[in-house]
Amino acid sequence: MLNRRQVLAGAAALAGTQFAMPAFAQNAPIRIGMLSVKSGALATGGRQMEDGFQLFLKERGNTIAGRPVEFIVADTGGQPALAKTRAQELVQRSNVHMIVGPVAAFEALAINDYLAEAQVPFICSSAAAEDLTQRKLNPWFVRTSSTSAQPCHPLGEYAAKELGYKKVITIADDFAFGQEQTAGFQRVFEANGGSIANKLWAPLNAADYGSYISQISGVDAVFAAFSGANGLRFLRQYNEYGLKGQIPVISAMTTVDEGVLHTMGDEALGIISAGWYSAGLDTPHNNSFVEQLRKVTGVDPGFYSVGAYSAGLALEAALKTVGGKAEDKQGLITALKKAEVVNDPRGPWKFDRYGNPVENIYIRKVERKGDRLVNTVIKTYDQVSQFWTYPPERFLAEPVYSRSNPTKI
Amino acid sequence: MFWITGLFNSLAFAAVLFLLAAGFSLIFGLMRVANLTHGAFFMLGGYLATSAIGAGFWVAVLAAGVGCALLGGLVQHLLVQRLAGRELAQVLGTLGLSFIVADQCLLIWSGDPIPLAAPGFLQGAARLGVFAFPLYRLFLIVVAALIAISLWLVVERTTLGAKIRAAVDDREMARATGIPVSRLFTVVFCLGSALAGIGGALAAPILSVYPGLDTEMLPLALLVVILGGIGSLAGALIGSVLIGIIYIFGQILLPDLSYVILFLPMVVVLAVRPEGLLGRQAA
Repeated sequence: MLNRRQVLAGAAALAGTQFAMPAFAQNAPIRIGMLSVKSGALATGGRQMEDGFQLFLKERGNTIAGRPVEFIVADTGGQPALAKTRAQELVQRSNVHMIVGPVAAFEALAINDYLAEAQVPFICSSAAAEDLTQRKLNPWFVRTSSTSAQPCHPLGEYAAKELGYKKVITIADDFAFGQEQTAGFQRVFEANGGSIANKLWAPLNAADYGSYISQISGVDAVFAAFSGANGLRFLRQYNEYGLKGQIPVISAMTTVDEGVLHTMGDEALGIISAGWYSAGLDTPHNNSFVEQLRKVTGVDPGFYSVGAYSAGLALEAALKTVGGKAEDKQGLITALKKAEVVNDPRGPWKFDRYGNPVENIYIRKVERKGDRLVNTVIKTYDQVSQFWTYPPERFLAEPVYSRSNPTKI
Repeated sequence: MFWITGLFNSLAFAAVLFLLAAGFSLIFGLMRVANLTHGAFFMLGGYLATSAIGAGFWVAVLAAGVGCALLGGLVQHLLVQRLAGRELAQVLGTLGLSFIVADQCLLIWSGDPIPLAAPGFLQGAARLGVFAFPLYRLFLIVVAALIAISLWLVVERTTLGAKIRAAVDDREMARATGIPVSRLFTVVFCLGSALAGIGGALAAPILSVYPGLDTEMLPLALLVVILGGIGSLAGALIGSVLIGIIYIFGQILLPDLSYVILFLPMVVVLAVRPEGLLGRQAA
């Protein structure tokens, strides 16, 4: 048990460190906490995320805005409850100045309230859940990937206007990410005169897509929104059933993300997708980024690596603005939200007032270049917002995208 | 059209389930060990096959079987045997081991999903009027049927099978009549693990191999075995077909309830006939 004297002594000591802080703040490290996943099904995403951020740190000699960086990675195991515990540990025990990550949206949702309460800047590098930057705002939250539907809006227009598709069947993972992607595509595709013949939902752990594939007929194209290994399995089985070459597949970003594209073969060729990045972008920033990461991983970087690398870039811009004072959390988050990132591999982007990137969306086509598959960019939609062309107020007045039909704006 | 394609897919999936569940059921029936490493062996078999595919598809499948058999033997010898009679310890031990196997796979093969190419002559689809049946799935159904028949022959028509059946029925009596029950345990454990490995390898061209495959498949094996009856090969076969049909049609017709529907027959069977459809009353 503590007695009163000890408590007072402790308080005095604490106060002492508080006073001492400004004196050595310039030399003390900036502590960055990352929530990653090192085991289980999400571990690939976790590794790619760490690779991206580590590259960012390496390029800067582990120093941002003149201060050394202490990078602390915590493993959430891909479980929401554990993600919350790890976030608390990072904040309370490791005293991190900000949190980067996590891999999955359900992890981000599990820690968002806590980080809002603890007032810790939360730079979300992948989780795409719409409402994190729409109807359930946390003032300490910014995102460096996109919302689920952000790339699917332009794809809806592209499919109707440029590809001339009239009737499409959608198939997606039956969880929030797949549902939001599909609904976003549907809203814009229908607004441009297209119609959705049927929407198929496959459980996240569906072993077999054969029965879904056998329901696909009589349409101009299939819109597929899958994550992780599911995209690979779906496309292989689609090919197996002889539908490839009969009904084209268009897809959300993650179905043919570079993170999984390198495991695919001819079954992926020709697929047109929309995303905020492509490893095939021919810009100096991206060429160097891809080259550096290929040295580490041997394959092209995708969604998770870029998201984390961008989190570093945004953070760097903000820390420079506040003169490296990571302890000034209010100043840091304000500067973060105003950050404009010009040297990003994906192209320039900035945050909207909800903390979500306004960024280029690329229409990409899977092609074979040499011995690997790449997402060749065939059209660029410049600086697309999460609200597409709709006024934010109108967009936000509608319910969030879900499994059932999106509402018409 | 819908029903026929669905039925075909159900059978193809049932083929995978049977390979997975037959070994689990044999092991459980004989040794009363719920080997929760079984799902991990299934995944490991798939991974081994992707590494050995350079030497050809058949070699890859064989490598998966042999690799898992050896590992299964080790597990039985070093872990399961030492925990004989302590069911909870066995469950926890094999569960812990499955985590270790899964994370070792992650370390060796990374987290990327790895597809396995089917042999060239099995790629593509057989067309029959408006129907398209992927050749590989047809092949899978045939192979599973052949394996089921061979297993049945071994269990019903050979001395080894007679010993296994005797030990399943009454372990103590079998031991008393001079059947080397401990060695039998090891043989069956190897055989069961080999089946899981072969199942994983044969399923890989359809499912591909990826972290988490083990935990997706293990509950299905449990379902099949509980439904069909523990220790019964015919039960595993019937259970596989039933679960295959329920799984495939449940997902299409009632996607919201697909999991509930999967477990519903299990609840009914447990309530009405706890030993399973073809299980025998526990001795």
